Amino acid sequence: MANTANLEAHATGHDHASHDHHTPTGWRRWVYSTNHKDIGIMYLVFSIIAGVIGGLLSGAMRLELQEPGIQIFHGLAAMAYGLEGDSAIDAGKHMFNVFVSAHALIMVFFTVMPATMGGFANYFAPLMVGAPDTAFPRINNVAFWLLPPALILTVLSMFFEGPAGALGFGGGWTAYPPLSTTGHPGPATDFVIFSLHVAGVSSILGAINLITTILNMRAPGMTLHKMPLFAWSVLVTAFLLLLALPVLAGAITMMLTDRNFGTTFFNPEGGGDPVLYQHLFWFFGHPEVYIMILPGFGIVSHIVSTFSRKPIFGYMAMAYAMVAIGFVGFVVWAHHMYTTGLSLDVQRYFVAATMVIAVPTGVKIFSWIATMWGGSITFRTPMLWAIGFIFLFTVGGVTGVVLANAGADRALHDTYYVVAHFHYVLSLGAVFSIFAGWYYWYPKMFGYMYNEFLGKLHFWVMFAGVNLIFFPQHFLGLAGMPRRYIDYPDAFALWNRVSSIGYYVTFVAMIIFFYATWEASRKKRPAGDNPWGDGATTLEWTLSSPPPFHQFSTLPKIDSKDAH
Amino acid sequence: MVTGQFFRKMGAVSAAAMALVPTMASAQDVGRGHPEPGQFHLQESVTPIMDSIVAFHDGVLMWTITLIVLFVLALIIVIVVRFNAKANPVPARFTHNTLVEVIWTVVPILILAVIAIPSFGVLSDQLTVPDGERKYLGANLFSAEVEVPEATLTVKASGEQWYWNYEYVDQGVAFDSNILSEAEIAELKPGQPRLLAVNNELVVPVDTTVRMQITASPSGVIHAFAVPSFGIKIDAVPGRLNETWFNARETGLYYGQCSELCGKDHAFMPIAVRVVSAEEFATFIAAFEESRDYATAAALLPAL
Repeated sequence: MANTANLEAHATGHDHASHDHHTPTGWRRWVYSTNHKDIGIMYLVFSIIAGVIGGLLSGAMRLELQEPGIQIFHGLAAMAYGLEGDSAIDAGKHMFNVFVSAHALIMVFFTVMPATMGGFANYFAPLMVGAPDTAFPRINNVAFWLLPPALILTVLSMFFEGPAGALGFGGGWTAYPPLSTTGHPGPATDFVIFSLHVAGVSSILGAINLITTILNMRAPGMTLHKMPLFAWSVLVTAFLLLLALPVLAGAITMMLTDRNFGTTFFNPEGGGDPVLYQHLFWFFGHPEVYIMILPGFGIVSHIVSTFSRKPIFGYMAMAYAMVAIGFVGFVVWAHHMYTTGLSLDVQRYFVAATMVIAVPTGVKIFSWIATMWGGSITFRTPMLWAIGFIFLFTVGGVTGVVLANAGADRALHDTYYVVAHFHYVLSLGAVFSIFAGWYYWYPKMFGYMYNEFLGKLHFWVMFAGVNLIFFPQHFLGLAGMPRRYIDYPDAFALWNRVSSIGYYVTFVAMIIFFYATWEASRKKRPAGDNPWGDGATTLEWTLSSPPPFHQFSTLPKIDSKDAH
Repeated sequence: MVTGQFFRKMGAVSAAAMALVPTMASAQDVGRGHPEPGQFHLQESVTPIMDSIVAFHDGVLMWTITLIVLFVLALIIVIVVRFNAKANPVPARFTHNTLVEVIWTVVPILILAVIAIPSFGVLSDQLTVPDGERKYLGANLFSAEVEVPEATLTVKASGEQWYWNYEYVDQGVAFDSNILSEAEIAELKPGQPRLLAVNNELVVPVDTTVRMQITASPSGVIHAFAVPSFGIKIDAVPGRLNETWFNARETGLYYGQCSELCGKDHAFMPIAVRVVSAEEFATFIAAFEESRDYATAAALLPAL
């Protein structure tokens, strides 16, 4: 990727401090890196590469679903396996499931998480709390370098046997057994399991590093209650990672032994229970969705405050709303399982618990609005993304309230309504917060300003595109179209076509993004230490752009009167 | 109850509002038991359970979430107009307002409580198989007045890779139900929808409470049995016998699709339930028991 090379070249070129401290240069600087900022940049580059792969996979899916009938996957299967006729169609049907599964795994574990908890958290959490680096720089290096092999394992899984005679793992990112055990006897599933184990170790190590950094390395005077909200969001998210991922690791290890060593944890023929896996998976899986969105909450808080030139409204409520969301997020998992045959009392509990989450989430939405209220707002690119986030996350949030009701979920479970809901909170929520953070911190990370027109164009085209993709999917879900279908009854044709057109618009938006990034790296417009003015109050704006290789050799002192 | 009437009216208003969308109006009330081209709402109901789901979704949830989204959008628009740097060059410095903070915590709790009351009612109805005594909500979410008779027919549906097997449990007869290809539809069941038409429909009597037992073959994978116009969806899990029920008030053909990822032909194992009159069903089931052959029995039903 050309832009990647450019970004790296610039970061290196402007790193004056590196010579003073005999820091490694060239490939050693990156591969051996123990520097939180360099590792953060590597995470971001990794996330972009993975995002391109995941985005192309979904492009194949939207191309297929643009019209009723099977259009492209039997052709893809024919190219990949040299099959013809009915066997190509059969292979194509499975390949569609493989693309669905790989798209989700790559977007969740290798795009969103590396961008937020890898890139932005590594780069900016230490800066914001006034720390010279993270607590465990070598662990940081290990955590990053575990991710590329994990991604490679997931991608490789697409080329190994899954079900007898077909390639790849097609069991969805949820990987429910028995489809993922007896339904996929080949090694593809083992590749996915190993990939998730490695990615999980990476995330747990990263979480330990960030928790320790934030709890132990804050600058003098920076109490927890003065800490910027992004650091708060990273702290809460890191605890979620630490507590949730071991449960996933346990569940997929049990699946691994079911597959390979004759255990029957999830196999009813041996006294096991497939639904047990679902409980374990969603005990991880539900906190996971908050893992993806909470850092975005933090990013958006700073952007809203900066461009309103106004301190954050209700700082304490904002911080503890995130703590509450993280806590309650652990006790709502079975709302993903309303149709598995849970008893009435169990479903009632999960309805009630799930609806509770709407309260702290509402506090966050209204506090952002109150932060803007009375402000003197400049609508720069990051602010557009942040406001877009607030609106789209609200749309995704309220459909979550609909789905929380088991009675209504009966009609909507496993339909496109669910697909629309979680893409509104993730593809439109989390991803918008990532782009918000990208444009907000781009001048800080690379020292140059992006092109304002291109940034805004990127926003508006993408805003139109993703809404065009996902809003009609609510209609498909209400009308009853199930998820993970390669073909659908002709009645669903209209909204599927609209959705596919939305993908092409979004594709254009991504081209604008890459062009804007390339343009910024070519034009080299110096950004200055703080391009955003007096609204940007956090510590990273007191440093040069990009910050020195090692910052805060003398720790900053935070006065008791300083705002967060 | 007054509130019940209010929400029913709201439901009627929302349906009317949706009918105003020009190209979509024709989609309303045209077909039953299957999706219509361009459909953007729930499928039409023929059971008390789906009645309550539609009333709850269209009458309570849609209104609530639409108003919340419009409220947030309105606030954002006000902010953009009033608090941009030109209109308001000097930003305010306030960071707290206890009153509004209490309001935006308490009001959502109240809204959720209002949602929860019908929500629990709708849910309880779905998970309680009728005993003949219990009254059900139906389209009125705030008073249970719909009488539903005790279940008198039990059908076991088993998800296979990739078709459904149905068993009339008390009669001890069973049959497989497979998807029809486009060529087969043209030959055997002209006019039926692609990907929904099957060779052997599950035949049940109208106005009868049917107890559905749902499972999957012990060595197979998870599927899910769903019929949108009945308002039922439940997983078919190997080694488990899940239970649900329906009572359809209109004869006709009602389609559903497998709703849990089950492998390559997940999209190609539809569900088709044919609701017939009590007399027709009596003839059908007697012939099925006698001949133990689905085709022989189905031939006695009127042509579709």
